[in-house]
Amino acid sequence: MSHHSIEVTDLSFAYPDGTSALGGVTFRITHGESVAIVGANGAGKSTLLMHLNGFLSPSAGSVRIGDAPVTAKTLPDIRKTVGMVFQDPDDQLFMPTVGEDVGFGPMNLGLPDEDIDARVDDALSRVGALRLKDRPPYRLSGGEKRAVAIATVLAMQPSILVMDEPTSNLDPRARRRLIELLATFDHTKIVATHDLDMALDLCERTIVMCDGAVAADGPTRELFTDDALLEAAGLERPLGMRACPVCGATG
Amino acid sequence: MPSIESGLYELGQLDSLARRDTPIHRLDPRAKVLTTLVFLVCVVSFGKYDVLPMLPYLLFPVVLASEGDLPWRFFARKLLVVAPFAVVIGMFNPLLDRAVILHLGGVGVSGGWVSFVSILLRFGLTTVAALVLIATTGFVGVCMAIERLGAPDVFATQLLFLYRYIFVLGDEAMRMVRARALRSFGRRGTGVRVYGHMLGSLLLRTYDRAQRVYLAMLCRGFDGHVRIRGQLRLSARDVAFTLGWSAAFVLFRLFDVPLMAGLLITKVLS
Repeated sequence: MSHHSIEVTDLSFAYPDGTSALGGVTFRITHGESVAIVGANGAGKSTLLMHLNGFLSPSAGSVRIGDAPVTAKTLPDIRKTVGMVFQDPDDQLFMPTVGEDVGFGPMNLGLPDEDIDARVDDALSRVGALRLKDRPPYRLSGGEKRAVAIATVLAMQPSILVMDEPTSNLDPRARRRLIELLATFDHTKIVATHDLDMALDLCERTIVMCDGAVAADGPTRELFTDDALLEAAGLERPLGMRACPVCGATG
Repeated sequence: MPSIESGLYELGQLDSLARRDTPIHRLDPRAKVLTTLVFLVCVVSFGKYDVLPMLPYLLFPVVLASEGDLPWRFFARKLLVVAPFAVVIGMFNPLLDRAVILHLGGVGVSGGWVSFVSILLRFGLTTVAALVLIATTGFVGVCMAIERLGAPDVFATQLLFLYRYIFVLGDEAMRMVRARALRSFGRRGTGVRVYGHMLGSLLLRTYDRAQRVYLAMLCRGFDGHVRIRGQLRLSARDVAFTLGWSAAFVLFRLFDVPLMAGLLITKVLS
């Protein structure tokens, strides 16, 4: 299915104050791929994500989702196709109850009530949060908020999932659960993250960003053993790929 | 600042009260909003020196609170918190208006004192009525009601968002105040300037957040209307509630019920 692919060609972007954030980014992500975007703070990861959804429009270059370029005209369709999970779930949960929040998107699609209910229940049970349905979002824990934020996006039934730091601020178990959950999705996934161990578990491909450009693009396992590259990009090997601190054994 | 914390906590408490299930809670939100509106208009329209004719209005919050199983102490505390505003507003009346208009057991009471009491009573009645409305309906219910009653969409949406993000904003403000306190070493004299900066950066953060929230909404097909779900059904009970109470309020307004009761009693006794 072609609308699951993302093609970014020579994308450049400068903020209105003149700060250049992206300079000539090019990559292509095909259907069903799971791609991590890693890089130091300020490398341009979030700015890049904002382009995939048309929140920012490129100063030069283009973004295509499936067959359609991202333009003002295609935006409504693009936003239905690309589901975006924000870094701070509080930004994403704005309705009075969890159920209403998850139903917000489907309701805007103009679906009949039964369909909305079905989608809400389905999305919430997929993230294991059905019991939170009637709770107000501000009373949830960090992990619960994150799960519900993902459910709000799933309820839109997007083909592509874009996530900004999904594992930040989670305790180890909630993080593990989230990774397992994400692994069950067969969407095309793009995950911007500092959590290289998650990238290792979840994404077969990684794009390393450095100063607004693509520094490397390839299989995750290969890139994460390239110490010179990681050093240049302000990263470190994931813990899972370092020698054991006690016995020194690798793997 | 614990006051932010406890304020948020009490707001949350109001919310959990609204989730109880009593006959009053089950009434249609529109019925309660309309009735409360009539109540407020009647109470506010009393004259400057009216005190006794307003007393029958106490019936409404008392009946609703007891039927709705609401804790009295909660409301008393809330009233005390906001009472200083009313006191300040009426404070100068006894000083400015010294004409004696009333004799209570030989003691002359000036018009200023009477109007002062009238202000306090009015304030108490309106505040308690509003609190009871929210505690039996819930904030969302009130928003839904005013939207269905024909108030502009924007208005209901604003209220809804205000309620959702006041917790987030409060948390943020609390963290800032804490961070300031940790580095001001008990000295309170950190000055208005610091507070100015804090308020400014809080405003900027809020602005940023608003933008992110808006993006999140666009992501999910927001088209300018927030649709609040839920079916409202007006039953005969709701109509009876609204008409009954409204009629009572208008009666209380037109006739001085305590005076009539007093006259009746004196007539019977004499």
